[in-house]
Parts: sequence; C-alpha cells; structure tokens
Amino acid sequence: MSAVLRAQALGKKYKRRWALQHCDLEVPAGRVVGLVGPNGAGKSTLLNLASGMLTPTVGTIEVCGGRPAEGAEQLAKVGFVAQDTPTYASLSVADHLDFGRRLNPDWDDAVALDRIRRLGLDLTQRAGKLSGGQRAQLALTLGIAKRPELLILDEPVAALDPLARREFMQDLMEAVAEHGMSVVLSSHLVSDVERTCDYVIVLVDSRVRVAGDVDQLVGSHHRLTGPRRDPATLPAGRHVISASHTDRQTTLLVRTDIPVHDPSWTVTPLGLEDIVLAYMTSPAEAFRDTRPVLEVLR
Amino acid sequence: MIEFHLNDRSGASPYQQLVQQVRHALRLGLLTEGDRLPTVKEVARQVAVNPNTVLKAYRELEHEGLVAARPGVGTFVTRTLADASLVAHGTLRQDLRRWLTKARLAGLDEESIEALFMNTFRSAAGEDVA
Repeated sequence: MSAVLRAQALGKKYKRRWALQHCDLEVPAGRVVGLVGPNGAGKSTLLNLASGMLTPTVGTIEVCGGRPAEGAEQLAKVGFVAQDTPTYASLSVADHLDFGRRLNPDWDDAVALDRIRRLGLDLTQRAGKLSGGQRAQLALTLGIAKRPELLILDEPVAALDPLARREFMQDLMEAVAEHGMSVVLSSHLVSDVERTCDYVIVLVDSRVRVAGDVDQLVGSHHRLTGPRRDPATLPAGRHVISASHTDRQTTLLVRTDIPVHDPSWTVTPLGLEDIVLAYMTSPAEAFRDTRPVLEVLR
Repeated sequence: MIEFHLNDRSGASPYQQLVQQVRHALRLGLLTEGDRLPTVKEVARQVAVNPNTVLKAYRELEHEGLVAARPGVGTFVTRTLADASLVAHGTLRQDLRRWLTKARLAGLDEESIEALFMNTFRSAAGEDVA
C-alpha cells in the first residue's frame, strides 16, 4: 500500500530544544488521520514539516511520494490549513477564491462556489468581519477546492464553539466521501477525532508514543482487573501500558494480540479515548523496552 | 429512510453503532426489503463520521446478507430480520413484565435487576458459544 506520509528518524530542533525526535511513521493513503497529544507535544512541528513550512534537523519526511513543498507538482498535491485557520482580514471572500484560483493548477471553482453558497457567505464580505466558524469554513473551502491528495489541518476546530465544530467536521467528512482525499488533522482533544479518524498518532513530549489503525488499537488493548499481583508475571506478548494497585486489586491496561483466558482477570474493552489517555499519561520510560511504536505500526 | 445517530459514550465504536442501528431497524420492521440506505456521503455528513467507517459498516451488513449494493444506485435492504419472530414479541414482553414485577416484589432495585439480567444474559450466551 502506498504511504501518504512517511518519516524516518525525523527530528526538529529549535535552538537547544528538540520539538520532535526519533519520529518514524508510515501512514497509508486514503485515511483520515488524527494527530493527538497535549499542547506543546510537537504536533504543529510535525505538520509544518509535512507541509514543507519547516525543514528537518535530522531524518527524512516524504509526503505523497515526494519531499514536502519541492516543486510545483508537489505543492499541488498537499493542502495545508495552519493553526487558527488563517485568512487575510482585509481581503474579501471573493479575493480569497481568486487567490486559490490563480495559485492552484487543480483548482475546482464549482466546488468552491457551491460551498460558499451553501455556507451563506457573502462574496464581498471581508474575511476580518467573518465569525470564527465562518473563517474556518472559508479556509476549509480553499483547502477542499484546491483538490489536494492530502489535506493537512492543524487544530482546525480548537477555537470553535460546539456547533461550529460539528458543522466543520460534517463538511470535512462530506468532502472526504466526495473527493477521496487523505486527511491529517491534529487536536489536543481525543473527542474531536474519535468519530472522524480511522488512524491515530499519539504524540507526547516530542515523541510518537503509538500510531496505528483505530480498529486495531481498540481491538488489541484491554483493561484487566483482578486480585493484586505483579504485572511482571503476565505471560509474554502482553505489554503493560499502565498499572495501578490498591492493597487488594490490580488494574492493568495492556496491549495484546492474544486473547486473555486467565479467569482471575476481568477483561473489559476500552474506547479510543481510554487508550490514548493511557499512552499520554504513562511515563515514556515504560515504553523503551517494549517499543510499542514500531510494533503497532506494522 | 433510516437516520443514524452516534453516541460517543456508548462504548461501541461508530462502526458497530451503525451496524447495530440497521439491524435494530430491521428487527423492529422499521426497514424492510427494498428500502434504500442513505449514501455513504449522506451519512458521513449527517453524523460527521469518517466515510470509511460507513463503508465498513455497509460491507459488514452486506456480508451478513442483509443489504446489497447496486453500483451507482445505492445500498438496498434485501432481507428483513423481523419476519416470524416479530409475532412472538408481544407474549415475550408480557412474560418479561411479569418477571420484572416479581423482581421488584422481591426487593430488587433497578440497578440490581439490570445487573442480574445482564449477568444471566451473558452467562447464557457464553454457554451457547461453548
């Protein structure tokens, strides 16, 4: 399967601080990818590297089979909506469409105009006078009408109210259904991506903690509760993501591809949010030995 | 036409919820043979869900022989789950009501009733499998 995003030993350093390091990814095409992690984890850095706004300090990144932003053909393949869905405040909606038309060889004017009409936006209105939700929708319109192979969106709904969030996601999913493009979108909230993404990348403290197909992640992670015991006594092939104990009880969050038959454990399924939160909150040291990133990627 | 709803707190994945809602509608006779399901694009938009998820749910229903995709036309219901068993619902509901009354008279509150039911249901289902 062709990869829409491929990173090898990718890292980015700002002065003395690594914003992203040891990043290995292979994201298949045709997916809606959720990039989740707390603020400051390196999400924007990764997306800026993917869009070619930044260049790597070490390692390589490939997007749609080419180096980010290298040449006109590559630029046409990737759409990027930066954080806070920026628009030009003093320019009108029509001016924005005009920009899109001139700068993008595959520009789809019919799609752009149809969306503006359905959104009820006035073509003569200045972008600075639009509401946050309308501005986000205008930026999304430019991203969709560009007809990219991959659309990258950095925290597109973070600043929106719940209704505008929902409308934005509805329009994005409709566009995915219609045009079949791949999407990578970041959010610091798992709930934003739970419905919309079928692939998730969890980034914490400048490192990828886990990445993979959502159904596979949900299918391979379980919560085990039972009488208190040492997690090290678990059979091989089970990786403990988090463990907590009371004086009598042990609760483990494990990743395993083998069914758990031990009757002393009560096994409960986990939602995506539980899994992501477990990876976010457990210390990085816990992953060094088990190398979950590489295994889940396969 | 069926309208889908997703519940983020249900514990079931969006894909499972879509499959369940179609099966539920088939069982209750809300969907019958020949009815068209909404298009992938319509569902993606309506509930803001990934179109791949809708496709996967429709493929699962197709695999179960409940719907069939006619390229360029849509996905149609080919079989109903209601048929003969729907007739039995009335008496079964009555039995269940009687049982609930008994349980309340025995002093069980709602939570205990639900726990007892789910527990018995699961162990019975487990015996069937084994």
